[in-house]
Amino acid sequence: MIDHTADFGIHVFGSDSKTLFSNAVVAMFDLLTNINSLKGREYIDLEISGEDWADLMVNWLRETLFLWNGREMLVKTASIQSLTQQTLSAKVTVDPYDPERHAIKTEIKAVTYHQIQVYRNPAGWEAKIIFDV
Amino acid sequence: MSVKLKQIDKYRWEVPKSGSMRVPGIVYSTSSMLEEAQQQEPLKQVANVATLPGILKASLAMPDMHWGYGFPIGGVAAFDWESGIISPGGVGYDINCGVRLATTSIIEKEIRPKLANLVDALFHSIPSGVGSTGRIKLSISEEKKVLKEGSRWAVRRGYGEDIDLEHTEDGGCMPNADPDVISKRALERGLKQLGTLGSGNHFLEIGVVDTVYDDQIARVFGVSEGQVTMMVHSGSRGLGYQICDDFLARMSQHVKKLDFDLPDRQLACAMIQSEQGKRYYNAMACGANYAWANRQILMHLSKDVMLKVLGLGPRDLGLNLVYDVCHNIAKKETHVIDGKKRTVCVHRKGATRSFPPHHEAICDKYQHTGQPVIIPGDMGTASYILAGTQKAMEETFGSTCHGAGRVLSRKAAKKASKGRSIHRELENKGILVKWTGRSTLAEEMPEAYKDVSQVVQVVHDSGISKKVAKLRPIAVVKG
Repeated sequence: MIDHTADFGIHVFGSDSKTLFSNAVVAMFDLLTNINSLKGREYIDLEISGEDWADLMVNWLRETLFLWNGREMLVKTASIQSLTQQTLSAKVTVDPYDPERHAIKTEIKAVTYHQIQVYRNPAGWEAKIIFDV
Repeated sequence: MSVKLKQIDKYRWEVPKSGSMRVPGIVYSTSSMLEEAQQQEPLKQVANVATLPGILKASLAMPDMHWGYGFPIGGVAAFDWESGIISPGGVGYDINCGVRLATTSIIEKEIRPKLANLVDALFHSIPSGVGSTGRIKLSISEEKKVLKEGSRWAVRRGYGEDIDLEHTEDGGCMPNADPDVISKRALERGLKQLGTLGSGNHFLEIGVVDTVYDDQIARVFGVSEGQVTMMVHSGSRGLGYQICDDFLARMSQHVKKLDFDLPDRQLACAMIQSEQGKRYYNAMACGANYAWANRQILMHLSKDVMLKVLGLGPRDLGLNLVYDVCHNIAKKETHVIDGKKRTVCVHRKGATRSFPPHHEAICDKYQHTGQPVIIPGDMGTASYILAGTQKAMEETFGSTCHGAGRVLSRKAAKKASKGRSIHRELENKGILVKWTGRSTLAEEMPEAYKDVSQVVQVVHDSGISKKVAKLRPIAVVKG
C-alpha cells in the first residue's frame, strides 16, 4: 500500500503485463472488501481502451470500480483475454453486493492519475496507482 | 526538486517563478506550519498549477494546504475567462463539497439530557456511510430538475424555507447547469443518493457557540454565546464523482491537442471557451446544484429529528440557516487585477469564497458584514464562523481556507490510533460520536488534521477573512 495524506494506493506486481492488470483489479477489490468472501458466480466481459499503459490501467480500474460504485457488484477475479498498450479485453467474475455477507473495508471513490506508474522491471511488470478514498 | 520559498510578509510565502511557471505561487502560512511534514508535495503542486494557460496573478494556497492530486487541496487559481483553462482536478471529485451552519434558539443545558437520544435518532434517520441510499427516489426527469434547480428544488418540495435560498452561496443554484451534458452513469449514480450524508470526512454536527469574537457581526449572523448549532458537511455524492471522472478521462485525451506540456496528468484541462470546457462547466454546475439540494434536504431531515426528539415546536427550536458555502468549485466571477476588471474562472479546491461587505453576490442581510464563511474543524476541537473581507478580494480572488487540512494519511492515522478508543476519548471531552465505517473514526481522528485554530488565525491575521465566532462540537454523526 502507498501512503498519501489525501488518499492511498497500491503497488502491484506481475510476471507479465496480463498478470499485472489482473492483479491490479484484485488488489483494488481486496482493499474494498474481503475478497475471499466472494463467490464470483456471475461474469462480465469488458473492453477497455487507453492512450498508453498508464492511461489503460486507469481506465481499466475505473471501469471495474464503476461495477461497484455504479452497479453494486464486487469483483473477485479478472482474466485478461487480450492486451496491447491501447486495448484490453477481459472477463471478470463478480458477486452482487449483499450487505449481510460482504463487509466493505474501505470506500474507494475514484482511481486517479496522480503519480501513476506502469512499467516493466527486470523480473516482470510493476504499477503504482493512487485512489481517492 | 525541492521548492524554495521566499517570505513576502508574516503570513505570505512566494514560490518563485521557475521553469514553465507563468506566474509565481503564493502560500498563506506560518514558518512552523510550513516546517510540518509533507509540505514539499503540495508546494510542487502549487508550482504545477502556475504552468496552466491563462492563470492570472498567482497560484495560491491557503494555510490548510495539503497534498491533493493535481491541484493541492487548499488551492485557489483564477484563469482568464477568454484565454484560460478550466480543470476538473481544480475542483475535485466531490463537486461542491461544502458546509452549512444553522443556529437554534436553544442552549446546551436544554439539549444535554437528550443528546444521546438525539445522536442515535440522527444516525438512524440520516442515511450515511458507504454507498448509502436515501428515502427520496427520483426518476431521471425529476433528477434533471434537481440538477437544474439545486436548493430551489428541495425547498419547492417542502425541504426548507425560501429564506434558506438567500442564505446559500449563489442561492443554491448555478444557472448554467445542463443535465444533457452529463453521462448516463452520472445520472444513474444520482438517482438514489439525494438526502444522504456519504462517508469519509462528511458529517453532521451538533455544536455550541463557545466564543464570540465580533459582537456586531455575530448579531447580524444571529449567533450568540451558548447557543446550540447544527452543521452539515457533505457534497454531490456519486454523481459528482462520476462527472469529475468522466471529464478527467475525456480531457486527458483532449489536452494533448493543446500546445503545452501538462506537468501532471491529473491536471487535465480544457480551454474554458472550447466545447469541452463549456461542457465541463455546465456539467460541474449540475454536480454543484445536486450538492446544494442534498445539504438543504439533510438540514431539513435533521431539523425534523431534532423537533421530535427534543419535543419542541419549530418556533421553540428556532432553527435558522446562517449560510451554506461550497469549498470545491470553479466559478465565473469578476475580479480587479492590476487595476482592471477581469472576468475569470476561479477554481477553489478546498477553499471557501470570502466575499466582502457590499458585494453584489451576497444577500441584503449580510451586505454590511461580508458573507458568512463556515470553517468546519475536526471532530475533537472546534469549528469557526468567519466573515468575508475586502482584503480577500484584493489578494485571493475572494477566497479563504476551508478547514483544518490533513497532516496524517489515513493509514498513519489508523496506526496512531492503535490501542486507543477514539470514541471514548471524544466522549471524555463531552463529544458524543456515532459512525458507520469500520475505520472512518480512526482515520478522521483529531490528530489526523492540522490545528484548525492555527489555520483560522492565519486567515484572520492576514486579513483574508475575519473571525466572528468559535463553535465547539458536542455530538457528531459520521458516515
